[in-house]
Order: sequence, then C-alpha cells, then structure tokens
Amino acid sequence: MSRTEPVFEVIHPGMLTTVQDLGRRGYQKYGLAVSGAADAHAHRMANLLLGNPVDAATLEVTLMGLKVRVLKPAVIAITGGDLDPRLNGQPLPMWSTVPVHPGDVIHFSGCKSGCRAYLAVSGGIDVPVVLGSRSTDLLGGIGGVAGRKLEKGDLLFAGPARVPADKVLRRRLHPDWVPQYPRQVEVRVVLGPQEGAFTPDGIATFLSSEYTVSTTSDRMGLRLMGPTVGHKHGADILSEGLFMGAVQVPQNGQPIVFLVGRQSVGGYTKIAGVITVDMPWLAQLKPGDTIRFRQVTVAEAHRLLREYERFFAAIKVWGSSHLSA
Amino acid sequence: MGLQFKYAGDQAILVEVGEGIDPRTSGKVRSLAQKVESCSIPGFGEVILGYRSLLVNYDPLIISDDEVIQWLQRWGQEPEVIQRSEARLVEIPTLYGGEWGPDLEDVAAHNGLTPQEVVEIHSGGDYHVYFLGFIPGYPFMGGMSEKIATPRLSSPRVAIPAGSVGIAGKQTGIYPIQSPGGWRLIGRTPLRLYDPNRTPPFLLQAGDRVKFIPINEDEFSEIHESVLQGRYRPMTRGESVEPN
Repeated sequence: MSRTEPVFEVIHPGMLTTVQDLGRRGYQKYGLAVSGAADAHAHRMANLLLGNPVDAATLEVTLMGLKVRVLKPAVIAITGGDLDPRLNGQPLPMWSTVPVHPGDVIHFSGCKSGCRAYLAVSGGIDVPVVLGSRSTDLLGGIGGVAGRKLEKGDLLFAGPARVPADKVLRRRLHPDWVPQYPRQVEVRVVLGPQEGAFTPDGIATFLSSEYTVSTTSDRMGLRLMGPTVGHKHGADILSEGLFMGAVQVPQNGQPIVFLVGRQSVGGYTKIAGVITVDMPWLAQLKPGDTIRFRQVTVAEAHRLLREYERFFAAIKVWGSSHLSA
Repeated sequence: MGLQFKYAGDQAILVEVGEGIDPRTSGKVRSLAQKVESCSIPGFGEVILGYRSLLVNYDPLIISDDEVIQWLQRWGQEPEVIQRSEARLVEIPTLYGGEWGPDLEDVAAHNGLTPQEVVEIHSGGDYHVYFLGFIPGYPFMGGMSEKIATPRLSSPRVAIPAGSVGIAGKQTGIYPIQSPGGWRLIGRTPLRLYDPNRTPPFLLQAGDRVKFIPINEDEFSEIHESVLQGRYRPMTRGESVEPN
C-alpha cells in the first residue's frame, strides 16, 4: 500500500469526529490528557476484526453525521454505538469486516443506540505520532489531524496492513458478543479516595440513586444530575492527580465521572472510581441516559479485569484461526 | 506523618505524603515520583504530582496493589533524591497592567496599594512550582505575598489569552493556552509555557523556582518575536537534577 494515496476524504465531519488510539501515556504530570478512544473495548474490537494491533488508530464518530468518500480499495470495520452506518445509502453491517471501493460513500446517518462509533481501516488511520500517540487531544492541540477535529476536505491515510485484505474479509463478531448499549446502565465502583469526606447518608444516596447524564457532558467527563451527595464539611481539597473513572463531587453534590479527555488534576473530593471493565459503557451514554452505581471491592474489580482480558484473548485466538471466511 | 495509601479506582493508588502546601512536602512528592519513574519494575505506570500527594497508576494484570504499596512504602523510607537548593530558577518576563493585566488596578485597590506597588511585590519574590496540571503546562505556584492576595473573580472569564499571569488568593499562575478562568489577571508574558512543536513542550517543571521580571511594551514585542521564531532561550539559573 502506498502512503501517498489517501484512503478517505471527509465530505462532512459530523458533530465531532477525531482520530483516536489507546491514548498518550506519561504526560499527565505536565497537564496533558491521556485521550484515546472513549470506548476502548469497541475500538480494540474493530482493530481485532481487521487484524490490526489493538492500538491502531480509528475514527471516533460522535452521535452522527460523518460522511467520507472512499478513495482506494480498503477493508473497514465499524463498532461501538449504532449510529446507523450506511454504505452508498444501504445499511452497513457493524462488528464485521466490509470491503470498500473507490467512489463508495460511508455515512453515519443517525443515532440508534450508544453515543460513539469507531470506524477502523486495515492498517489503521495513519497520522503522525505526537508524544507517543496518534490520539487527538483537542485541548492540547496535538495528535490526529493537526490537533483538531476532522473538517470537510481532510484526507486520511491508512498504514500498511499487517494482515492481507483477503485474509480478513467477511469476518464478524458472534452476535452473542456484540454489546447492546442500553440507556440505563449500572456501573461498579470502588469507593475512595475521599469517601471519608462524605456523610454516611451521602454515600448511601450515591449508591442507591439514579443519576441522569446532563447535556454538558463530553469526552472529558459525564456531568450527572440527581439526588445530592452530601459532604461532611466541604468539597475542596488540595489539588491532586485524577484517574480514569474518578467520580468527583463538588459542593453542589452532583457527581462528575471523568473519562479519557479528563484534566490531569482536580481540587474536589472524589467519592469513588468506576472500575476499568465498566468504563466502555459510560462512554456510550448520552444526555438523558441514566446511571446507577454499585460498590465492589478492588479485588473483585481486578478479578473482573482478568476475566475480561481472558475473554478478549480467547476472541483473538478464535479470530485468527476461524474468523476468516 | 508516614505515607498514607488510598485506592483511586482499580488502577491507581493515591499516596499522601504530608498535610499542607509547603516546599518540603512537595520535595517528598517529587522524590517519590522520581523513584517510581526510575524503577524498572513491570506494571508501574505514570505518576501525577499534587500538592501533598502522588497518584501512582499501575496495571493490575501485571502487579498487585499490595506489591505497589510495598514498593512505595520502601521508597518512602529511603533518603530523598532531590534537594530544594538544587532547583532551577526560571525568569518570566512580564508586561504588567493595561490590556495585558486588566485586573491590576482592582488587585491594588483590594489591597490598598498602588498598581506599581503590586508589580514590585509580585516581581519581588520568587515562587515555587509545586506541579504542572489541569491544562497543559499550567504551573501551580506558591509563595506569593499575602499583601497582594486577592480572591477569584465572582464570574470567571470565558477566554483568557495564553501567557496571562493571574492571582487567586495566595497563589499565582500563568495560563499556557487560551482557557476560561477566574483568576485576577495582572500581566502577560510573551513566553510560551506550552508549545507542542518544541522539545520539550513544557517550559517549566515541578520543583522549579520562578521569578517575574517586569518589561515594557517594546521588550514584550521583541521577546514575542524571538519566541515566534524559536530563538528565545529563557533565562535560568541553577541546574535541575530532574530529567525534563
């Protein structure tokens, strides 16, 4: 494959489309976000279907509107939320590999479920690696295409495919393994690091109530609305590092859950952290959807993570030996 | 106090090393950070510094939380690797007042001083960079005189220009990129605290000392021009022992 020939031309960028991989590590202590695909599971699965490394860059499409023209033959896979992807106007199967040809138009026409879809191409989206990652960081103005969201007229290139195109054609994920993205989710949390700053009532309220995702949510975090989580004294703490899934509660008692685009430090109390295996569900919530929180131990969270990675590894083995048509 | 360990989700441990905002505690945080970063133990991830704590990320598929805590406990008992006296001093040329520092007069009025006195006090001391964070390259600095301490604006500005020097309570800071914010703006530096096209992209690092140097409009333009051309070398004194 020639690097000089683009694979896609952006006809319409949609609401928000960015290039993402699994994130930028090692720069949070300077204030740079990790970034990366908000739904890492869907991102990895799209790459897996195509035989790409799991951290190959994909396009993260938010809610609707991305339209690209195919400029050279390629194999694609679309995973994540069902944003009604179409190929030349016809429904395009998700969680499957699909060959595309010059002149084809891929269009995400609307949102049926979830919030974010991932469009992967064999070889991965090839943009320059900046500080160790291809991920777009809109605040830091780096990664992806010139550190910004996609615009009309952008040309996207694919890297060299690791697995020849004919070897990945007509692969699909078994329907039992295709996630459905409900508008009500329950996610598991580990309490801390400042659970002691909340009243027992505040913690009970947090663990028993339903919270609604507000319209001001984005890749940085989900701002929630619901019953007030009460503090003992106040919500201010000396600024400290923030972690993936941190549930911060400022003085107004309304939780904020931090996602991949989060700031690196914060000065408000955190009641809990969402466990790693449940983060992809959060990334697929949109305004009006609801969350409940359930407490687990750290040991349980780690057991679930090992189980998930075994599941993922099993799909890999299955994929490499039996997924080809 | 001894080190306190707290779970921060299922892939990070928060280590608290002290209570308040002071350079000694900050030195312990940096020392511990350096030990994590220079260890080659598989499973340790990146760290984030705070005023009195260090967030240590780890991969639970590779290393257990118990092991992480044991290592941190051991490193916490070893002598510190960084001495404050070795910190680098970075000079920040700053044009005070006018359109560059629209709140200078309010800060003066709030403290019963003239704007010139505020400039003299602000540029008279030097400041300790506790850590960077929040937005790329933003220095959290302490050590400002109480004489010019001023509360945040009641209603934050939507867009503060990059390079703006602000005051909030007893803290002073510099906005590396355009951003919203509620700090009182007293001046602006032509330096770029964050430039993704530069190596390294960040002008300051935790442990640095900072001194503001008052400049006039001509000097501002001159420095701004040489920054744009990539010719400007910030004035520093002392050597940092930390890798940048």
